[in-house]
Amino acid sequence: MSRKIFTRDNVQHFLISNAVPIIFILLSAFAIPVSKFSGQYLVQEMLVRLSRDSFLVLSLLIPIMAGMGLNFGMVLGAMAGEIGLILITDWNIMGIQGMVLAMIISTPLAVILGWMCGSILNRAKGREMVTSFILGFFMNGVYQLVVLYGFGKVVPIRNPQLLLSRGFGIRNVTNLEGIRKCLDNFIPLNIGGVSIPVATFLVIALFCLFVLWFKNTKLGQDMRAVGQDMDVARSAGIEVEKTRVISIVISTVLACYGQIIFLQNIGTMNTYNSHEQAGMFAIAALLVGGASVAKATIPNVFVGVVLFHLMFVVSPMAGKYLIGQAQLGEYFRVFVSYGIIAIALALHAWKRYKDKERARRSLRGNA
Amino acid sequence: MKRILQFIERVGWPRVIIAIFLLSLFIAAPFVRVRIDASISDTLVRFGMNGVMVLAMVPMIQAGCGLNFGLPLGIIAGLVGAVTSIEMGITGLAGILAAMVIAVPIATLLGLGYGILLNKVKGGEMMIATYVGFSSVAFMCIMWLMLPYKSPNMVWGYAGAGLRTTISVEGYWDRAISNVASFNFGEFFYCPTGMFLFFAFMCFLIWIFMHTKTGTAMTTVGSNPEYARSAGVDVDRMRIISVILSTVLGAIGIIVYQQSFGFIQLYMGPFYMAFPAVAAILIGGASVHKATILNVVIGTFLFQGILTMTPSVINSLIETDMSEVIRIIVSNGMILYALTRVVKVRS
Repeated sequence: MSRKIFTRDNVQHFLISNAVPIIFILLSAFAIPVSKFSGQYLVQEMLVRLSRDSFLVLSLLIPIMAGMGLNFGMVLGAMAGEIGLILITDWNIMGIQGMVLAMIISTPLAVILGWMCGSILNRAKGREMVTSFILGFFMNGVYQLVVLYGFGKVVPIRNPQLLLSRGFGIRNVTNLEGIRKCLDNFIPLNIGGVSIPVATFLVIALFCLFVLWFKNTKLGQDMRAVGQDMDVARSAGIEVEKTRVISIVISTVLACYGQIIFLQNIGTMNTYNSHEQAGMFAIAALLVGGASVAKATIPNVFVGVVLFHLMFVVSPMAGKYLIGQAQLGEYFRVFVSYGIIAIALALHAWKRYKDKERARRSLRGNA
Repeated sequence: MKRILQFIERVGWPRVIIAIFLLSLFIAAPFVRVRIDASISDTLVRFGMNGVMVLAMVPMIQAGCGLNFGLPLGIIAGLVGAVTSIEMGITGLAGILAAMVIAVPIATLLGLGYGILLNKVKGGEMMIATYVGFSSVAFMCIMWLMLPYKSPNMVWGYAGAGLRTTISVEGYWDRAISNVASFNFGEFFYCPTGMFLFFAFMCFLIWIFMHTKTGTAMTTVGSNPEYARSAGVDVDRMRIISVILSTVLGAIGIIVYQQSFGFIQLYMGPFYMAFPAVAAILIGGASVHKATILNVVIGTFLFQGILTMTPSVINSLIETDMSEVIRIIVSNGMILYALTRVVKVRS
């Protein structure tokens, strides 16, 4: 009898671990034919979105390794990147130089923010995710305070086109024409009408190598140990708090670069919304790729970005052809992005509970 | 001096700072030509509007389910009730009663499902609750478009189907509760007595419930689940009851809110509504594990007071609208403080 329960349990275990990508593949398989998009269009869209979003999603990997869950605090990094972009736009520095300068300016900012975020999360062990989530909202307020009231008053801004008509505060939309697609078009390549942003993919590949290399360094090993069990790691002589802070700092700095890459592709910046969306979409994409709160790999990132954005592109049109209202598809995709995070988080918590039961049963030795 | 410090320690620094801030706003108001009677009246109205929704936090916190970021779920039940009541064309107090009668069973069902889900994810409730709230709001966006409501006051004029984003309750039950025994004092002061009576009544009900056998068991589950289990309390059942209670209160809360506000906000309207309620109860002195009705009353008053006073006073003071930023920083800062503090006490 125990054997029978165990096989059913195994199937359940597999389905639970891979539920999210399975649901998404099924949904896409249904929605793509309905939307009537051409294959070439979809391939082009997916390539653009892969180059645009992968870096942001990759920045989430390291805190997961350190057992801190999904770093909703990555929006802090995105904010730092945006401040760098506003400054270089004001100084009128174009192209790759502008982008690199934006990165240089925002790096110290991102380090400080990341350090702050890490220290706060150290005071909220076991509830890192909800804390970093609220921290994102909180810092959004601080960001607004700085950018809406400080810029042009405390921080000198010379370009009047950036400022609101009252003389200080940045406009809702910042035009990034100067660095638009500068990285994407750095090495142009066109195959069969599909243009490929080679340079961006090279940067992303470099970053993947960095993550792989990092896993095997001393620090990377320490992080994994901390992620497994904080108490064991501490008794092994690892400085747990410091390691956790470092993992968040790295993630924040990378999210900052990711946001700069993201925005150079888009070419315009919603000064007060871009970072919030960045966080939500990156996390949803990673989860769609089959990652969980405790384990995420590089393939998860790419599978996730493709599947999530496929749904994103396809659902409004599918909604239009299916029911005759594009608005409906629009709401559907909002529902899917939030629903998927809810499902993934719930499945993870449930799985942890089930795993505990499995471990207990195997200890009993009748498996 | 020592006694002052002790008092501050007990009340908590953020609360003292916020109270002083609010007090200074009230003091500064006459100097920048903001009418104090109008301000107090506004504060009172908003206090009554939001009170029940803040009260909805209490059962879940007491049962150890954490802060109820899933409040939008209850709000949705309330919205369905309100919209259906208008569809049926019932006016006055009867309309509100109808809305509540429809909303409560829906909220109970949603709360049951939500409670079962939260029982499966013990330890990660708050994050999951947030996203359950978000995704249910997004799901209802689809529903508002599809549900077969017909009243011309509610559907889009040109399409004849799909509910509007904001629906006026004027002509149905605009201020039906507020206006019970309400009075004006001078030109600017309006006291929504009925709404206060209703809020007091709800507080009283919850207070009684918390002192019944079930309520006491619930508190035990929240403060020490292991002890509760060994004392023979069904932990999961208590948690589900608390979640249902919170969700039902959320549904009633939004109806009270709407009748005073005058509009029903659909679609993305309820999206962020959990955060002000969570912030309010925390400002009132609740923690992630313990909340009382006094916390609700104090917190709602302080938080809504700040929300009312900052736009008028700060705007006339420095001639810039910073109220939105202050609201974001105060409410989320308060939640952050509560989340980080509990662990410190524990360890």
